[in-house]
Amino acid sequence: MSHFTRRLRYVGKRLLQAIPIVLAIIILNFFLLQLAEGDAVDVLAGEAGSATPEYMAELRAKFGLDKPLPVQLAIYLKNVMVLDLGYSFRHDMPVSQLIVDRLMPTVLLMVSTITLAVGFGIVLGLVAAMGLNTWRDTAISIFALITYATPLFWVGLMLIVVFSLNLGWFPTSGMENFAMFYEGWDRVWDIARHLVLPTITLSLFYLALYTRLMRASMLEQSGQDYVTTARAKGVTENRIMFVHVLRNALLPVVTMAGVQVGALIGGSVIVESVFAWPGLGMLAFEALFARDLNLLLGIFLLSALLVVAVNLVVDIVYSTLDPRIEVG
Amino acid sequence: MTFWKLFARNRGAVVGLIILLLITFMAATASLFFPEDPFSLAGQPMSPPGENGYLLGSDSLGRDVAAGIAHGAKTSLLIGLLATLVAVFVGIVMGALAGYYGGVIDNLLMRTTEMFQTIPSFIFAILLVAIMKPSIESIVIAIAVVSWPAVARLVRGEFLSLRNREFVQACHTLGMADIRIMLGEILPNCLSPVIVIGSLMVATAILIESGLAFLGLGDPNSMSWGFQIGAGRTLLRSAWWVCTFPGIAILLTVLAINLVGEGINDALNPRLRERT
Repeated sequence: MSHFTRRLRYVGKRLLQAIPIVLAIIILNFFLLQLAEGDAVDVLAGEAGSATPEYMAELRAKFGLDKPLPVQLAIYLKNVMVLDLGYSFRHDMPVSQLIVDRLMPTVLLMVSTITLAVGFGIVLGLVAAMGLNTWRDTAISIFALITYATPLFWVGLMLIVVFSLNLGWFPTSGMENFAMFYEGWDRVWDIARHLVLPTITLSLFYLALYTRLMRASMLEQSGQDYVTTARAKGVTENRIMFVHVLRNALLPVVTMAGVQVGALIGGSVIVESVFAWPGLGMLAFEALFARDLNLLLGIFLLSALLVVAVNLVVDIVYSTLDPRIEVG
Repeated sequence: MTFWKLFARNRGAVVGLIILLLITFMAATASLFFPEDPFSLAGQPMSPPGENGYLLGSDSLGRDVAAGIAHGAKTSLLIGLLATLVAVFVGIVMGALAGYYGGVIDNLLMRTTEMFQTIPSFIFAILLVAIMKPSIESIVIAIAVVSWPAVARLVRGEFLSLRNREFVQACHTLGMADIRIMLGEILPNCLSPVIVIGSLMVATAILIESGLAFLGLGDPNSMSWGFQIGAGRTLLRSAWWVCTFPGIAILLTVLAINLVGEGINDALNPRLRERT
């Protein structure tokens, strides 16, 4: 069997493994919907102001809400398969439409956050590991300890106080300045300026995480036999660090970047609502305020599926990066 | 060496313990120093710190920020401890059953924890509180629901590695009941990692609680730090102190608990300490 078909098989196997998790998440979502007080018809009736019991019963029959639970679950599963996540009566729009509209800003925020956190985390971890037990190592450890303990929303608010209100360097909220009608590169620059504070806020926690991970990973690798061999061959210490150890130490950091995506989405709810960043997190915050449970559940479902997808991609990339991983 | 001597070798942990004791003292004496309801509109709104008799200023409705912080300490510590206790209890039960018996239970537990690792836990907690309506109980349940799988995985691993050891086999030969072996023989041997993970979970629980309260999902009847910051965020331009001080309280508390957790870890696993 060629290497390529083996890899293809591995991808197929991982896809199959993801299916039960996706199903379980959808079913969990369904039961959460059941747990909530009232159903879509109650909401509709509430919105309309008044509705007769007959009319409500008729509506329930129309939506299939009078059927036994397993049948309703089947209907729900079928709906989710075709990406029908229900209707948001607050926004007067299908939930899936709302989510798609708000997806891009969140993806932008997450990509810039992961880049910043992983990039700086690797550098800081490297610096700490190379100057083990010096003042640099201690300073980086203290920094990591403090960012670990700081609530994200508070960091965001403090950054606004310092950099937006006092220094006026960055805008306080939003994604772009619509009033200016920027186009082309001006618009990109405008969005980039709006992106700075939310990205820094969201990446702080993960920066601490990746720094610790990178430091531990570097230390672990420098105790390996191949380092002794390289040293015995007379390779310079710098070359050992940067060429031999660094490459191997990067692997666990890459995996961790995938695992953390779920937590990152949770953090983006907070950061987006602090900076009024118009993404999924902000949408969740609005849904929370409007008690729009259908929308909230849709966001939850989609973000869970996003995590499954990212983990899948990371696994596949990882197995390509590290040939030691058994694909067969 | 005794536990205390080992713990005290870690200076950070001692500092953490002192901070934590001070915060606990503040929580315990909140009603003594600030007998009035922290929600009460005591007086002059928007007073800067140190003026009009407010140590840390007041917010837009004239609520005393310092009183809020003192009373908020109660809420944070209470929710952090309760949620962790529930999560650790559920985690131990599930992990012990799965690790000891293996088979179907084990499979089921592993799949469940895998699912929990996939779903974004903070959004899940938001959903649970929103569905159950915000209250101390619902917040505790929500935090416990998203936290127990980590404990369960840990306990399962420990049980798995201990269940075939000689001392357990000896218990079987003596005819001991399974439940007695689990509780009396295996569990005490895996308590130290559970205590460490539990102490760190209190810190995470406090962070989750403050995030929920910030988003407006706190218990409406008890003052909390997250609520104070959420209420003060519209005043950032004119009254920075309303948001700043409760945030420092969260930071100090979580930091102190993390430091203490690390100290406990060093004291319970002295070999790990000596390696680095």
